Amino acid sequence: MSRLTVVLAGLGACSALAIATAAPLLQGGDYWLSLGVTLLQYGVLATAWAMFSGPTRYVSLATAAFFGIGAYTVAVLGESMPWAGVLLVALGIGVAIALLVGLSTLRLSGVYFVIFSFGLAELVKQIVTWYEVNVTRDVGRHVFIDISQRQIYWQLLALLVSVLGVWVLMRRSRLGLALRVIGDDEVVATHVGIDTSRIKLMLFVLSAAVMTLTGAVLAPRWTYIDPEIAFNPQISFQVLIMALLGGTTRLFGPLAGAVPLVLLFEVLSVNFPNYFLILLGVTFMAIIYFVPNGIAGLLQRVMRHRRSV
Amino acid sequence: MSDGPVLRVEALRKAFGGLVAVNELSFEVGRGEIIGLLGPNGSGKSTAMNLISGALPSDSGRVIFKGRQINGMAAHRIARLGVARTFQLVRVLESMTCLENVEVGFAFRPGGLSGNAARAESVALLGRVGLARRENMAAGELTYIDAKRLELARAMALAPELLLLDEWLAGLNPTELQQGIALIKQLRDAGLTVILVEHVMDAVHSLCDRCVVMNAGIKIAEGSTARVLSDPHVVKAYLGDDDSDDDGVAGRGGARA
Repeated sequence: MSRLTVVLAGLGACSALAIATAAPLLQGGDYWLSLGVTLLQYGVLATAWAMFSGPTRYVSLATAAFFGIGAYTVAVLGESMPWAGVLLVALGIGVAIALLVGLSTLRLSGVYFVIFSFGLAELVKQIVTWYEVNVTRDVGRHVFIDISQRQIYWQLLALLVSVLGVWVLMRRSRLGLALRVIGDDEVVATHVGIDTSRIKLMLFVLSAAVMTLTGAVLAPRWTYIDPEIAFNPQISFQVLIMALLGGTTRLFGPLAGAVPLVLLFEVLSVNFPNYFLILLGVTFMAIIYFVPNGIAGLLQRVMRHRRSV
Repeated sequence: MSDGPVLRVEALRKAFGGLVAVNELSFEVGRGEIIGLLGPNGSGKSTAMNLISGALPSDSGRVIFKGRQINGMAAHRIARLGVARTFQLVRVLESMTCLENVEVGFAFRPGGLSGNAARAESVALLGRVGLARRENMAAGELTYIDAKRLELARAMALAPELLLLDEWLAGLNPTELQQGIALIKQLRDAGLTVILVEHVMDAVHSLCDRCVVMNAGIKIAEGSTARVLSDPHVVKAYLGDDDSDDDGVAGRGGARA
């Protein structure tokens, strides 16, 4: 266990390093900066996803919903409020919807939750579209906020560091112990006095809040946003597969999955733009088939094998 | 503390679709008593345990623990009030060490313990159930019997007043069985109240003050252990009978001792 932690910490540190080294290269060109932002975006999203789904084993496809809520809030309010205020409002909306959704759906089990979480993004998208069509009579908004790609980069990096910090603090607290028990056996957890419903709700809201902020911070990257862009369901699947590839129970697991997949998707979308979705699907299947326990699980197995030989 | 029963079950009922698993079950458990909950497989014993511990919601009736209605409460609240349980199919936290498994029991009870205090108490409890020096062993690597011991230690860590043991003695060899019986007696002597779902008749005879016998969800007998076990209705329920339905209904009123 301790050796695995060391290896994973090393892997995580390397990924973090890889991302961070993009920063000095920023002067070198917009391409690297843009890649760095994308790496951070998925790093944060995958970590936030694993925060909730790792211990609870609920497979959530709601990433696009909260990411989109953040992005779209910025598109609507971006020019009328100071930046910090916009972020706060986005956060508030994300948290409120997460509370509502969490309270009503966390009692659903397994596949029902997956389907609901997938539907949530679509539902929010349809509501926003309906509102824009019928009330503002203009679907799609231009985002004219004076925030550069470089500022987005630093904000996302700050968000990533905060999320990792919260993860570490949480794991060391009594809550962390509760999460380990829930991850092992939820029935036992309730019978030793752990309020599993409250903890699951808390994690869901926390994870959703981070996703909302990510969307909000990224919004100025696009100059034009419509509901189709903001609530693109592809993001939910990509984040899911990144977290699963890396492993959801270790601190740097999701990052270890996000970095190689962002790079792979980058190569695929540049070279095979017309076949991108097909290749994405093949990648998903290959990962589920060959790395079912994630990179963390794979390392664990390799090391156990080495020890026994 | 009040002199009333620790636990009172009143007309408790639970149906799964058309199958009534527990049907108007009523009984009381006094402080410091060990009650045997007996009956053939499928008679509703485990369901009754799940209703008392809050793992399942009841359809109707009441479960009153120390004067307070607990059915309808979430399971974690019932656990924190002082009702601990083990499971028919043993459940230990496999990714954790034995020590951590017990520390979990200490951590979330009211006035939870953590750090060195929890560690010292957990080591002591592990010793008490016969798992001394296994502190750092992964719980997933324990033998079946030792996993059961660990489960009991975890339940004890909650400092419960009522302990629900669901076939905790099943599958033990004769030596282990004697140790297990002695352990449960010790717990009772320390003031704990115990409900025991059990098929091992040696254990029932030497441990239980009274027994409640169920068949097809219905209580068919209740009384002192010796009396209940020689009750012809009980014998029929266990050995099977051509017209067991009639006996079940007749026994409901008739076999009360």
